[in-house]
Amino acid sequence: MTTVHEPRTSPEVGGIGHSVRRKEDDRFIRGAGNYLDDLNLPGMLHMAILRSPVAHARINSIDSSAAMEIEGVLAVVTGEALAAHGLAWMPTLSGDTQAVLATDKVRFQGQEVAAVIATHPYIAHDALSHIDVDYEELEAITSPQQSLATGTLIRDEKEGQTDNVAYTWEAGDQDSTDAAFAAAARVVSLDTHYPRSHPAPLETCGVVADVNSITGQATIYMTSQAPHAIRTVFALVAGLPEEKIRIVTQDIGGGFGNKVPVYPGYVVATAASLLIGKPVKWIESRTENLISTGFARDFHMHAELALDGNNRITAMRADILSDQGAFFSDAQPTQFRAGLFHICTGSYDFPSAHVTAKGAYTNKAPGGVAYRCSFRVTEASYLIERLVDNAAHEVGMDAADFRALNFIREDQFPYLSPTGFVYDSGNYHGAMDKAKEMIGYDAWRARQTEQNSDPDATKLIGIGVASFTEVVGAGPSRQYDILGLKMFDSAELRIHPTGKAILKLGVQTQGQGHETTFAQIVAEELGIPYSDIKVMYGDTDNTPYGLGTYASRSTPVGGAATAVVSRKIRAKAQKLAAHLLEAAEEDLDWEPGKFTVKGTDQSVTIQDVAFAAYTNHPVGMEAGLEGVTYYDPPNMTYPFGTYIVVVEVDTGDGTWKVLEMVAVDDCGVRINPMIVDGQIAGGLTEGFAKANMQWITFDDDGNCIGSNFMDYLVPTAWETPRYQLGETVTPSPHHPIGAKGVGESATVGSPAAFTNAVIDALWSRGVSNIDMPVLPHRVWGALNNVEVSP
Amino acid sequence: MQITVNINGASETRDVEPRRLLVDFIRSDAGLTGTHIGCDTSSCGACTVLLDGRPVKSCTVLAVQADGSEVKTVEGLAEGGELHPVQAAFKEHHGLQCGFCTPGMMLVGSALLEENPDPSEEEVRWAISGNICRCTGYMNIVTAIQAAGGEGS
Repeated sequence: MTTVHEPRTSPEVGGIGHSVRRKEDDRFIRGAGNYLDDLNLPGMLHMAILRSPVAHARINSIDSSAAMEIEGVLAVVTGEALAAHGLAWMPTLSGDTQAVLATDKVRFQGQEVAAVIATHPYIAHDALSHIDVDYEELEAITSPQQSLATGTLIRDEKEGQTDNVAYTWEAGDQDSTDAAFAAAARVVSLDTHYPRSHPAPLETCGVVADVNSITGQATIYMTSQAPHAIRTVFALVAGLPEEKIRIVTQDIGGGFGNKVPVYPGYVVATAASLLIGKPVKWIESRTENLISTGFARDFHMHAELALDGNNRITAMRADILSDQGAFFSDAQPTQFRAGLFHICTGSYDFPSAHVTAKGAYTNKAPGGVAYRCSFRVTEASYLIERLVDNAAHEVGMDAADFRALNFIREDQFPYLSPTGFVYDSGNYHGAMDKAKEMIGYDAWRARQTEQNSDPDATKLIGIGVASFTEVVGAGPSRQYDILGLKMFDSAELRIHPTGKAILKLGVQTQGQGHETTFAQIVAEELGIPYSDIKVMYGDTDNTPYGLGTYASRSTPVGGAATAVVSRKIRAKAQKLAAHLLEAAEEDLDWEPGKFTVKGTDQSVTIQDVAFAAYTNHPVGMEAGLEGVTYYDPPNMTYPFGTYIVVVEVDTGDGTWKVLEMVAVDDCGVRINPMIVDGQIAGGLTEGFAKANMQWITFDDDGNCIGSNFMDYLVPTAWETPRYQLGETVTPSPHHPIGAKGVGESATVGSPAAFTNAVIDALWSRGVSNIDMPVLPHRVWGALNNVEVSP
Repeated sequence: MQITVNINGASETRDVEPRRLLVDFIRSDAGLTGTHIGCDTSSCGACTVLLDGRPVKSCTVLAVQADGSEVKTVEGLAEGGELHPVQAAFKEHHGLQCGFCTPGMMLVGSALLEENPDPSEEEVRWAISGNICRCTGYMNIVTAIQAAGGEGS
């Protein structure tokens, strides 16, 4: 059912549905945020990392003697030194191994080779140029196709590795899919590359490691989206006792998946602090961030749709070749080697699908992080939405009508997809209808027909549609874990005697506004004003264990934990209220913030009850009013929506601009509509970025093109289009407050809408695909049937 | 060499290396960490401050070039405990998420409004086009700066 949630609480209480202003903003607008680089500890040293200038080489020798002579340099750490402590290699989040500092070979440009520890950051960076490394260059493998064809083994150090294959994987059912294709009236196919991209949060990654050599206490301040998991990984990798490791993450200047993994710099700084006995700070430069940490995407995709004679989809095939870089370090659940790519059947109802995937090692940076994405759902959504659009063109149907014909209907939920997902709820036709109405779809189609039918037209209108289905909120612990750590999440709530509260979370904000929205969930459940609830996170000594924030899991998992712990506390509060009112528990009515004896005006507030929990609790009841919940979700949540973009393509120079865009999102119940809209506007901009300009590529020698913000283009306010946002509300039936998560929907759904719009403009001119980013010279080349450089 | 810079009304006199960047002088010597570093190539604008009233990217200015000048950072935007209209508008219109670009954006916005108290959307977009935000998609930043202008005029 589609409803809009009316707030149940007053604006002062600020429960679900109120666009209360963010509590965290008061410090940010005054320049009083606490970002990692703002931290300076007494006696702190500074680290700089020497990186490989070449993509693939044997290291014959490293001579750091000249660097050691520079005043202020305390140490030069090499792989050899780390190897003596068993720390030259570390596990990745996908169970592969990754070099911390190179010992035998370098395998990508920018790989960590040595680290200087000095008294001042300028001195540390000066010293890097005084380290002499003798590299013997090897063939650079710069594409997965080359990787699978060559005899050069990239991971020759890895026992049992006899080729360059990082993983193979499949999902769905091959036999029924093959049968459906054999019976198809028409097959539509597409080959496309979802290019390598980088999350590039405005704050780079970093660490301040403070290991006390006397007590062994290791306090590690870092930019982490998953502090608790990092603590456990540190304990397992470094052999440090876990009770003596404290990970502290304060304000993060954006994460977008970049700050999920453990990077070599964290390990080296911690080892250096341990050995030297002083705090060590390492802050990445922007170039280091772009060339060495967490890339995303880089999927080469081939896919086919089988259609019957009535233009109904009957099956899908997809075959993926992923470019993994030198180490397989995708941040993804253990069971799923290509993440959740097999959600690629999208919003459509058909019985059969088969997905095969293979990853290849290359001489490029590792990563495979979920960049504002739930484990490869972005690639999946792009593929099906591009494919469906091309199918509509091929059969001569309107793109919206073809989708509506093939959508999963509202009465089919919960819906079992052919690759095994159980979609919780949806109303795809509702979102489509709303988006068409908001943008004036029919009028735009009429204008397009008129303008594009002129054979001399130099400006062509294109209308792009994308109707995405996401899968977020990992996840049920029977299916979802990272390195064995189950993907539940937690909330601990303490109500103080005066009725104020502290909520402690296992998830980790990076700008999403957790201090406000999670307080609103408590406000909704207990009637305590959101402004009276302090929200804490990011300090593993002082918050309950959780797997952190990525893949839109904060609200689906941490938010659910918050609602459940609030309800536990309300149950105890009811007993206390019964005691205070001298009534039976079952004779009490609850409205947010107040218990009333049925049929009377006798009542107590939640604040009265909180005070009584510490001053007047009944005999036999434990004092206090607090609790903790570890929430293991029964299913993922499935946000969805329809985006429609109108573009105008200049046939002369291949540029295109957005004339209008409408985004209708359904993320279930919206806790704070203002914040939800902010997430969507930001996500749409990242989608636009990838469709229009933002990518990382390499030359044939493996040099990274895109190593700074002059080459790696991210949109400014000048290029960024305006958006009109709309909503439908289809609550998640299994989530305690019906919410689904929204941080990534727009980044997942929008790239296909932009590309589809350009292709829609050019289809009648014979163009059926241009890979992202849809750069002007590619458009021009496609229009003029001329091969252009990438 | 010794330099004196007036930062937010307070005089800072220090011996600095000639190569020291203004942003490091502000953050490490003056201890004002509200000015951020995002890119090192003067592309992102996170380090924007006002140098004698004009926005500059302080990662591309040497501290010695600011000798004898007045610098305003985000910490100096509020006066007498009263938020600058741009600060209040950023909160009211949800013009920030992670907060990392926010100081630079607000300083550019405040400088724009000094020159042009009632800028159009296009004028605001052009003015902030040297500053990157990765979270908001800019819409609410533009709205906030325009709203702050409306309040002042």
